[in-house]
Amino acid sequence: MAVCAAIIGKDNSPKYFTCINPDEELGFQYKVLSSLDVVEEKLNNGTKSGSDSRELYLGLLYSLERHKIYGYVTNTKIKFIIVIDSTNTSLRDNEVRSMFRKLHSIYADNVCNPFYIPDEPINSKSFDKSVKNIMSGA
Amino acid sequence: MDDTLFEFIHSEIVNYVVDSNIRTKDEEEDLSNLEYIGFSVGYKIIERLTREMPRFKDELDTMKFICTDFWSAIYKKQMDNLRTNHQGVYVLQDNEFKFLTRMSNGKQYLDLAPRYVAFTCGVIRGSLANLGIHCLVTAEVQNMPACKFHIQVQRN
Repeated sequence: MAVCAAIIGKDNSPKYFTCINPDEELGFQYKVLSSLDVVEEKLNNGTKSGSDSRELYLGLLYSLERHKIYGYVTNTKIKFIIVIDSTNTSLRDNEVRSMFRKLHSIYADNVCNPFYIPDEPINSKSFDKSVKNIMSGA
Repeated sequence: MDDTLFEFIHSEIVNYVVDSNIRTKDEEEDLSNLEYIGFSVGYKIIERLTREMPRFKDELDTMKFICTDFWSAIYKKQMDNLRTNHQGVYVLQDNEFKFLTRMSNGKQYLDLAPRYVAFTCGVIRGSLANLGIHCLVTAEVQNMPACKFHIQVQRN
């Protein structure tokens, strides 16, 4: 389902990055990083307009010819970005939302891992495996 | 989290830190290790506790969360009082602070109280730090088992 997932830290530095096809990784990194501006914009507008935008899930950030980019920001200002193939029209908003929820939940588990130093890039194998599972829609 | 186990492990951590300090023979008791343990606990636990929460509106909203949901998740009760001067100083009061309720009320063990509040100061500081609020947290015990936590937000 998803072709790429990324976790970006508080200071906008990448913490974790993965995509289905390793050859396209550079292109995806470019797309993900450029979407951070949209995330920033949505967060700043959120503080002004109030209630509805207080949800952690930010929805569709923008769509390109071949991909759609979705965003999610935790209370601790960690950004999750998921890129989805545009040809995959069957995917509903709710399913993307639940993908983010799962991603957040395994991220929280990973932070509680005593061997993980907060704010460092994540290179745990089991984390990697669970992210791949979520991306494939399992 | 089981209450009893939590209290036991906390008092063992306190003993461990205090014992390892005796060897260095400092004049004043050094509780910074204890505070740091609390800091990392707070930093990690907040990621889990705020998972289902909507985004916080402002600083006061965050403090209210600390007083209610956060405190009941850790100590199974809410804070009894929250005061602020709206300029970055918050005073959170717990009239029956869990780690002090096992000691005799009054002034008998007052000089030992800092040992039992240092961890919690760290927990508060750690969780606020992860939420983007950098602050100093100190505790004040005048009459057991009541405890006041002073939070001073650092703005720069």
